[in-house]
Amino acid sequence: MVLPLRPRPEHHPQQQTPLWPERFRQLAGAVEDSRLRAFYQGGVVSADTPLGEVPFVALDLETTGLNPRKHDIVSVGLVPFDLQRIRCRDARHWILKPRRPLAKESVVIHGITHSEVRQAPDLLGVLEPLLESLAGRIVVVHYRHIERGFLDAVLKRRMGEGIEFPVVDTMELEARLHRVRPLGIWARLMGKKPVSIRLADSRTRYGLPYYQAHHALTDALATAELLQAQIAHRFSPDTPIEALWL
Amino acid sequence: MQAEQIEILGFLGQYVPFKGLPEKTLERVACHVEVGYYRAGKQIFAFGDEIHDLCMIRSGAVEIYRRNGELYNRLDEGDLFGQMGLLMNNRVRLPAKALEDSLIYFIPEAIFNELYEQFDEFAYFVELDDSTRLRHAVSRSEDSNELMLAKATALVTREPVTLEMTKTIQQAAQKMTEEGVSSLLIIDPQVAQKQQDPDEPANMVVGIITDRDLRTRVVSTGLPLQTPVAEVMSSELITLDADAYVFEAMLTMLRFNLHHLPILDRKQPVGVIAISDIVRYESQSSLYMVRSIFRSQNVEELKALTDEVKACFVRMVNEDANSHMIGSAMSVIGRSFKQRLLELAEEQLGPPPVPYCFLALGSMARDEQLIITDQDNALILDDRYDPALHGDYFERLAKFVCDGLDACGYTHCKGGIMASNPTWRKTRSEWQQCFADWIETPNPEALLHSSIFFDLDGVWGKTAWAERLNRFVVRRARNNRRFLACLARNALNRTPPLGFFKNFVMEQDGRHKNSINLKRRGTAPLADVIRVHALAVGSLARNSFERLDDIAKHGIMPKGRDSDLRDALEFIAMVRIRHQALDLQAGREPDNNIEPENLTDFERRNLKDAFQILSNAQKFIKYRYHPNR
Repeated sequence: MVLPLRPRPEHHPQQQTPLWPERFRQLAGAVEDSRLRAFYQGGVVSADTPLGEVPFVALDLETTGLNPRKHDIVSVGLVPFDLQRIRCRDARHWILKPRRPLAKESVVIHGITHSEVRQAPDLLGVLEPLLESLAGRIVVVHYRHIERGFLDAVLKRRMGEGIEFPVVDTMELEARLHRVRPLGIWARLMGKKPVSIRLADSRTRYGLPYYQAHHALTDALATAELLQAQIAHRFSPDTPIEALWL
Repeated sequence: MQAEQIEILGFLGQYVPFKGLPEKTLERVACHVEVGYYRAGKQIFAFGDEIHDLCMIRSGAVEIYRRNGELYNRLDEGDLFGQMGLLMNNRVRLPAKALEDSLIYFIPEAIFNELYEQFDEFAYFVELDDSTRLRHAVSRSEDSNELMLAKATALVTREPVTLEMTKTIQQAAQKMTEEGVSSLLIIDPQVAQKQQDPDEPANMVVGIITDRDLRTRVVSTGLPLQTPVAEVMSSELITLDADAYVFEAMLTMLRFNLHHLPILDRKQPVGVIAISDIVRYESQSSLYMVRSIFRSQNVEELKALTDEVKACFVRMVNEDANSHMIGSAMSVIGRSFKQRLLELAEEQLGPPPVPYCFLALGSMARDEQLIITDQDNALILDDRYDPALHGDYFERLAKFVCDGLDACGYTHCKGGIMASNPTWRKTRSEWQQCFADWIETPNPEALLHSSIFFDLDGVWGKTAWAERLNRFVVRRARNNRRFLACLARNALNRTPPLGFFKNFVMEQDGRHKNSINLKRRGTAPLADVIRVHALAVGSLARNSFERLDDIAKHGIMPKGRDSDLRDALEFIAMVRIRHQALDLQAGREPDNNIEPENLTDFERRNLKDAFQILSNAQKFIKYRYHPNR
């Protein structure tokens, strides 16, 4: 008897991935904020668009902590790319003034200090250029719950309206390979550890260089490179975007 | 303002040609980089593709091919490619393929052009022609030492003082006193009138007379004061061209034991250099080394000088002497050891029963000797030589010299090419016959010996015989197509590697090795190639650089190739020399092997270019010297 794979809903895009082009049209008509409306009006590629034709933007946020409901964003880095090239020329990086205190522990991680954020703008001050950079592109992140969760939560807090968009999650793509099923008891007894799907470890598996982590722009670049590598090894430029996005 | 790309910036700054660019410029480059990932085996560029970026390998490895599919180069982290295409109408000339999973940084053409315009160093580096870069490397290291590279004319402090040849020795002495000089150039004003070609300047200088000549040839022999100077002057005048370097003046004076050396510019005397002028320049050099050699009273004392030879070598390297200077100085020193040993041998064994000439062969004859070398030598004997009567004398003489040289660090030749081997003690006619046979029927043994025997130089005794033998050999070889073709084929036996990859030497077939013998794989095959051309144009020179001068005059190579070869030889020789000097300074036994991890980036890159030039030169002689052409 063949045992079915244990269903893991978050790894089955079909089950919860909205029909994104349709969803964007709805949202464009529903939102109050003009910047959000412009973003949704930018639209989204259709589900059957081959990866080779998809415009992407890699996005990374550094935050004061891990909980979108309690913590805030300290910096945003993004870099647009496609399957051929990552374009640093159009990369953006902002340091922001969080509305929640900058905890010592997080300063250690992202290296952004109190004096730097004191001069920095609030997220709303850069929302327009930020959304312009994202509009019309598929956002690529490593671990979607941070980027998507935080942007949605902090916008809701500030303007009463959140944000939704499709993402390609490079961590989830690694999980599809290495987290298909949990390690069996035998493997665990043998001292086997699950394969790490963190950004740096995943990059190493594709022969990508080591980059210093936790700088939003560098992490965005690192994520873009990782997606290019994942597609080069496991997909093809003809694979439709719906096989990847969530 | 563009976002700062910390990782890209940090990476670029580690590698030439970005290393050393101003920080602001680097930031600008980093902000404009595009990045692309290529899976192993993926073609990055095909021949003829359009190209608009300079490519830099961030991680992984890339192979570059020639159009015919032959591997051209293998590149890794920090290496660049695509510059040739950018400079050549934006078309890819050398296809590129990812050898490993690779991440490539692309620097857009606009930025490339800005850097190319603004920064000479950058432009030189990416220049499409590898040999141009090598030229720059060679000339840059040469610029660094004005002292060693001063022209001989820099030592000339006044116009030469001349006297007509019809004047008397008394008039000569008076003129020298008036002018306060220690030598006079003797001129023949009629030479100009006899001159056929009015465009060709006439050399009126027919001799030189010095203080010493007046003392030894006039006063001590009691010649009448009215004797014409023409009778006492030295008439077989050795002169130097005004283009020559101080070190060449020094070596010429050492070699011919001269105290005064006239300098000519287009055959017109422009001055005379005295040995004291040079001593001021060269306070602690090979000059003293040579003097110590000649003062040594026995083999033990000579042996004690070997450490000083090494010190002299290291000093010259540290003073940034070029390979020609070092090779010449080491050869002069080696020659002096031989000369002194022969003097000592003759003191011990008595005067030779028949005249002879002691020959230096190979690198010493080419003035390209370095610190570790074995001895290659032979004897030319007078035709009256009778083995029964004279055999014993020359055997003992040769043994004395060869053992003495061995004791002084010039180890016995493993192939037995030494005067102590009876095979290599021949009479003048036997030598002529031997070379004639080699040239007529170039058997493998003859060809094997060609790199040694076809570079010969007389160091002692009847050195004119060596010159005559050399002329005989060149005359015969020059007109024998079949021999030249065989010699050319033989010059392809030792090939250079393709370059370096990570910490390995990469062979033409893509294999990796841990080290490379720079003599066997670099300077020796270069000297072989140059010898083939030199014999073909009838050059009597033995030094590879001088041979190249002669070759250039005949225009048998495409334009610029001769100077490419010169640069390649200079660069490979200098890397070899510098690494031997480093070994000596660190107390290690120097050798000809180089491990890539001990090479600087600069050396790796330029060595690769030099190997390429050698490889091309080998292809060229294969095509040029064909038995049926």
